[in-house]
Amino acid sequence: MTLLNFLLDGTRVMFRGGKAYWLWLLALATIVVLGGYAYGIQLGDGLVVTGMSDQVSWGFYIANFAFLVGIAAAAVLLVIPAYVFNRRDIKAVVLIGEGLAVAAVVGAMLFVIVDLGRPDRLLHMIPGIGRFNFPDSLLAWDVVVLNGYLALNLAIPLYVHFCHYRGQEPVFKAYFPFVVLAMFWAISIHTVTAFLFSANAARPFWHVALLGPRFIATAFVSGPALIILLLQLLRRTTRYPVAQSVIDTLSIVMTFALQISLFFVGVELFTDFYNETSHAASLRYLYFGLEGHNALQPYIWGALAMNLVAVVILMIHPLRRRLLNVACVLAFVGIWIEKGIGFVVPGFIPTPLGEVFEYTPSGVELAVSAGIWAVVALLFTLLAKASIAISTGEVRAERSPGPAQITSA
Amino acid sequence: MSKAADTARTEQGIDQYRRRFLGRLAGTVAAGATAGPAWGGATLADAMGSFFQKHYQQMTRDEVTDALRRIERKAERRYGVKIRCTEAPAPDDVRFGYALNISKCQGYRDCVSACVRENNLGRDSQVQYIRVLEMDRDTQEVESADHYYDPATVPVEGKYYLPVQCMQCDNPPCVKACPVDATWMDPDGIVVIDYDWCIGCRYCMTACPYWARHFNWSAPLLDAQEINPETNYLGNRPRPAGVVEKCHFCTQRTRAGRQPACQEACPTGARIFGNLLDPDSEIRYVLENKKVFRLKEELGTEPKFWYFTD
Repeated sequence: MTLLNFLLDGTRVMFRGGKAYWLWLLALATIVVLGGYAYGIQLGDGLVVTGMSDQVSWGFYIANFAFLVGIAAAAVLLVIPAYVFNRRDIKAVVLIGEGLAVAAVVGAMLFVIVDLGRPDRLLHMIPGIGRFNFPDSLLAWDVVVLNGYLALNLAIPLYVHFCHYRGQEPVFKAYFPFVVLAMFWAISIHTVTAFLFSANAARPFWHVALLGPRFIATAFVSGPALIILLLQLLRRTTRYPVAQSVIDTLSIVMTFALQISLFFVGVELFTDFYNETSHAASLRYLYFGLEGHNALQPYIWGALAMNLVAVVILMIHPLRRRLLNVACVLAFVGIWIEKGIGFVVPGFIPTPLGEVFEYTPSGVELAVSAGIWAVVALLFTLLAKASIAISTGEVRAERSPGPAQITSA
Repeated sequence: MSKAADTARTEQGIDQYRRRFLGRLAGTVAAGATAGPAWGGATLADAMGSFFQKHYQQMTRDEVTDALRRIERKAERRYGVKIRCTEAPAPDDVRFGYALNISKCQGYRDCVSACVRENNLGRDSQVQYIRVLEMDRDTQEVESADHYYDPATVPVEGKYYLPVQCMQCDNPPCVKACPVDATWMDPDGIVVIDYDWCIGCRYCMTACPYWARHFNWSAPLLDAQEINPETNYLGNRPRPAGVVEKCHFCTQRTRAGRQPACQEACPTGARIFGNLLDPDSEIRYVLENKKVFRLKEELGTEPKFWYFTD
C-alpha cells in the first residue's frame, strides 16, 4: 500500500508547480507533439523522407543515439564518488545523475526505434517470441546493456527514494551491490556502443581500437558538462542544496577528459595522415573534403575549435572559475558534433566501393530528433521534480518519523 | 540508357502508380462498404497473419503455405498481377560459386538490367544488386572508379570493368551483425534474407564490405507489365517497405537447376556460375586453372565470388 502511495504521491508532485514550471512542461510537450507528427509522416511514407540513402544508411538518428548513450554513462561519475568514496556532497545529488541516466537511455532507445524501417516488428527481438542473435550481434548486445542499465537506474533510485519517503535510511547492504553493478554497467554501455561501430571491418574509419577509449573519454566530457549546467539550474530554481564542491569536482573530471579526448583526436590525425592510406579517406572527407564534397568540414573544425577553447578555459584557474558555463556549453556542443554526425556519417563516406555520396538530415529527421530530445528533457524534469520533492521532505508518507537528512543517500 | 530516358521512365512509373493508387483507394472504399474490413490495403486477416508470422525457419509447412499465399494476394492487391510464390529450398550437395572474367567484361551492364527485371527490383528507387565499376587500367583501387559511366560508349580505352555484387561470403559479416537472425547462409552457401522478419535496422548494410545490401526506403514501385511472376519466398518476390534486400544468386532459378539471370544476359560470356562441389563443373575448372582473385580478401570474409583474367 505504501508503495502505491509512494508512486502516486511521486507522480502527483511531478505535475505540481508554478507558472514557469508549467510553461516549461508545455513548451517541451509541444515539441514532443511536433516530433510525433513528423514521425507519423515517416511511418506513412517510409524512411525515404529522411536524408539517408543506401550510401549513407545511418545518419542523424544514430548520431544522437551514440551521443546520448555517452550522457547516460556519465552518471557513473557521480555514482563512484558518492558511493565508493563516500563524498557526502555528491551523494546529495547522485539521484539527479541517475535521473539523467534514465532520461538519456530512454532517448537513446527512442533514437534507435525511429531509425528502424519496421518498428512494427520490434517484437522480433524479444527472446522467446522472436529470435535474438545474441551473443553474435553487437546490436543485440546493445539492447541487453541499455535495458539493463535502464533497469538498474530505475531500481536503485526507486528504492532510495522509497526509503526517504517513509523517513527511513536506505539499507546500505541492500543497494550497494547494485550500485557496484551499475558502475561497471555504465562503462559497458558505452564500450558496447563503441564496439557496435568498431566491429565493422568494412568501415576503416570506425575499425580502430581507439574507438572504445575515445567514446568513454568524450562521454566524460559531455556528461559532466551537462550535469554542471543542470545542477546550477536546479540550485537556482529549486530549494535543492547543490554544494559548489560537487561542481568543482565535475569540472576537474571534465578537464582531464577533454584533454585526453583532444589527445586522442591528435593521435588519430597523425596515424591516418602521416602515411596516408586509402583507409584515411573518411577522415580526409571529414576534415578536408573528398572530390569537392565537404559538407561536414565546417562542423568538425567548428567542433575542434569549441573543444580547444573549452579546454583552455578549463585549464586556467581564473578562467575556469569565471567562464565555467561557457566551457560547458562549448564542450557539450563540440562533443555532440564530434561523436555524433562527425563520427557516424564519415564512416559511410566513401562507400566500401569508393563512391562519395553526401548526406544532409531532412526536416523530418530534425523534427523527430527535436521531439526525442524534448522527451529526454521532459523525462528529466519530471524525475528531478519528484526526486527533489522527496529528498527535501516535501513529499512524505503519512505518519513517517520526521524528515530524513537528504545528505544520507 | 540516357539519364533523360531514365527520368522519363521513372515519372511514367510514378504516374501509373498514382493512378493505380487512386483506383485502389476507390476500390477500398467500395470494398469497405460491401465486402468487409480493409487494413492498410490488406484484409484484416492478412494483416494479422503477417504481424504474427514466425521466422521463416520456425514456420510449420502449413504456416509457410499461408505465408506464400499472403504474398501472392498482396502482390495482386498492390500491383494487380497474379504471381506464383514458392518456397525453393536449397538443394542437397550443392555449394554455389561465381567466377567473373574481367578480361571479357566490356561494361555493357546487360547483367544489371536483366537482374532488375528478373528480381523485381523497385523501379523508382533504381536499386541494383550489381554495380559495375569502370576502373583505371593501372589500379585495383575502387576509390578512383567511375560508378555512373555511360554504357553507350563502352569499352573505353584505358579502362576495365569490375562488376560487384553480393559475394555470398562464407564468413558473412552481415549475418553476424543482424540482431534478429533475419539473414543467414543456406546450406547451398547463399546468404538469404527473410524480408518478413527483417526489422530494418540496416546494421547489415554497415557490416558489408562490398556495399551489396540495399534498403527499401519506401515501398518498391513495380510496373505491372514488367513484374516477373515466378517468385520465391527468400528471393525475388516483391519486397515490403522498410527491409533490406540483396543479390541471392537468383535462388528462384539456380535452385531449379538454371543459371542466374546475370549469367544468361552477359553478351561476352564473362560470367561462370556453378556448383563448387561438382568436380566437373566449369567453375571448378576456372578455380583450378586460372589465376583468380577475390575482393578485399584481407577482411577474412571468404567470398564465393572470384575474378579472373584470360
